[in-house]
Amino acid sequence: MGGILVYVLHYEGAFNKNSLGAVSEGAKLAGELGTTCDAVVVGGGDLTNDLCATLGNYGAKRVFKAEGAEGLAQPVVDVMAKVIDDNGHSYALFGGGLLGFEIGAGLAARKNAGVTMEVTGVVVENGGLVAERPILGDSQISRSKYKGDLGIIIGRINAFEIKETGGGAAEVVDVAVEYSAWSNQATMVQRGEQRGADVNIEDADILVAGGRGLGKAEGFQMCEELAGAFGGAVAATRAVVDAGWYPYAAQIGQTGKTVAPKLYLAAGISGAIQHKVGMQASENIVAINKDANAPIFEFSDLGIVGDLNKILPKLTEAVKAKKGA
Amino acid sequence: MKICVLVKEVPDAAVEKRIDPSTGRMDRSGEKNLNPYDTHAIEAAMQIKEGGAIPVEEIVAVTMGPESAVRALHKAVSLGADRSVHLTDPSLAGSDVAATGYALAKALESESPDLVLLGQQSDDGECYTIGAVVADHLKMPSLTQVIKMDVDGGALRCERQAEYGYDTVQVQLPAVISVGDAINEPRYPSLKAIMGAKKKPLDTKAAGDVGIDGSLVGADGSRVDCGEFKAPPQKAAGKIIEDEDTNETVEQIVAWLDERKLI
Repeated sequence: MGGILVYVLHYEGAFNKNSLGAVSEGAKLAGELGTTCDAVVVGGGDLTNDLCATLGNYGAKRVFKAEGAEGLAQPVVDVMAKVIDDNGHSYALFGGGLLGFEIGAGLAARKNAGVTMEVTGVVVENGGLVAERPILGDSQISRSKYKGDLGIIIGRINAFEIKETGGGAAEVVDVAVEYSAWSNQATMVQRGEQRGADVNIEDADILVAGGRGLGKAEGFQMCEELAGAFGGAVAATRAVVDAGWYPYAAQIGQTGKTVAPKLYLAAGISGAIQHKVGMQASENIVAINKDANAPIFEFSDLGIVGDLNKILPKLTEAVKAKKGA
Repeated sequence: MKICVLVKEVPDAAVEKRIDPSTGRMDRSGEKNLNPYDTHAIEAAMQIKEGGAIPVEEIVAVTMGPESAVRALHKAVSLGADRSVHLTDPSLAGSDVAATGYALAKALESESPDLVLLGQQSDDGECYTIGAVVADHLKMPSLTQVIKMDVDGGALRCERQAEYGYDTVQVQLPAVISVGDAINEPRYPSLKAIMGAKKKPLDTKAAGDVGIDGSLVGADGSRVDCGEFKAPPQKAAGKIIEDEDTNETVEQIVAWLDERKLI
């Protein structure tokens, strides 16, 4: 049995928390399998040896470090393929997010390996790993077993909990990689651009979130009025942020923020998995949607099938009245 | 330039999806449609062609799947593709994501495209990964979930949302790009285009025609065995209110919130 290799994403000198969760999970599984968990990082000067060694706190034994382009998947595929070829890892693990999907898929092609994405749990069975993945709108869980020399597991966002193991500093191993021609044919022009106003939604107890069902950018005014009545903040889905209706800083979900307020009121949000992963830990979920079949009703505590243009303004007045009472 | 658009037939959104317990695969019977995300990829190809920044000689829709998948190709052609390629072979059934990506890459290789476009995910399997698999086999640069794409000489300037905000990436052609649904509003096909779709050239290819190695595809060639299922932990169903009288509905919502001390 070879070890488990975990890709760790970083930005401006800090590691991604989904990646740290994946290292913690990899270390736990490696312990059960009787093998070791290593990490791999690719980037520039902000990846100091001291920073890389801190991955030992989460259970990484070695950290393979390569100099290369950041924020792009294909250079990382080159690095991971080389590290796996040289060290015989049996599994590659990713904490989710856009790059994890791209790298894991590219690596599967390169190494003729099996890949499972959106994984929410990994268990040891018969001396190997089995990846569990919810499918069909989370109505069933599919269990993936791997054939061949390498199995690739891409976690769903927030699937793996960060745990400090109290392990010492990890050994940092420099890796020299000759990048594929096509890895050099994509270049980052600008990374991490923030669009729109900076808003803080992570500390709010009450969030009113708006989706495509609001119909137009102006629909957010209703959300803002309701949030104002509650004393909460306004959040948004990726679709409406990409459409320019609301600022990026307010986005919930896979490529946005993860929140767990006391009340999450979703207005005109269908409840796609990519959104659900960012808000399912909320204490109370209330959804208003005109489509009775919207997936969000499957995980709401209170669902209202109806026209939000009629309901939101009246609800705002009622909340104001109640608060004033 | 030649653009290939990968398309897929998926169960209609209104059809309840299920796993066939006898095969462990998705039950793909019932009403089918073109994967809605793929219509954005075809529209993106049309906009490059009509934009005029680079001459586009041909847009080719490519799919892999059983006989019925031809309907997805007809739809793709009605939306603007000039012709289509249908890769179909019993040996491909049961291929996992990696094997499917390999087979599609072989079919694309014989077309030598300058750009491969696809939708960011399929409506059924929910995976965002096929583009990256195809790109590695074709040895092309690749980017997924692109929401803005401009031709810039022999390259594409692409924007997408990633982990830390919006990224702008310059990608040299030939390339594989998967597009997000925010990239455009797909047009509706004209009646004439729908009627004419069946008359456009359609090549049917078997695995051997495009040089697919049979040991790398199908259930046996796949490296993941996912024929086992279990039920997820049950969550108690929430309360549902159908809004008939909005004043009454709002009263019920406020009472519910008040009970939980949320106001």
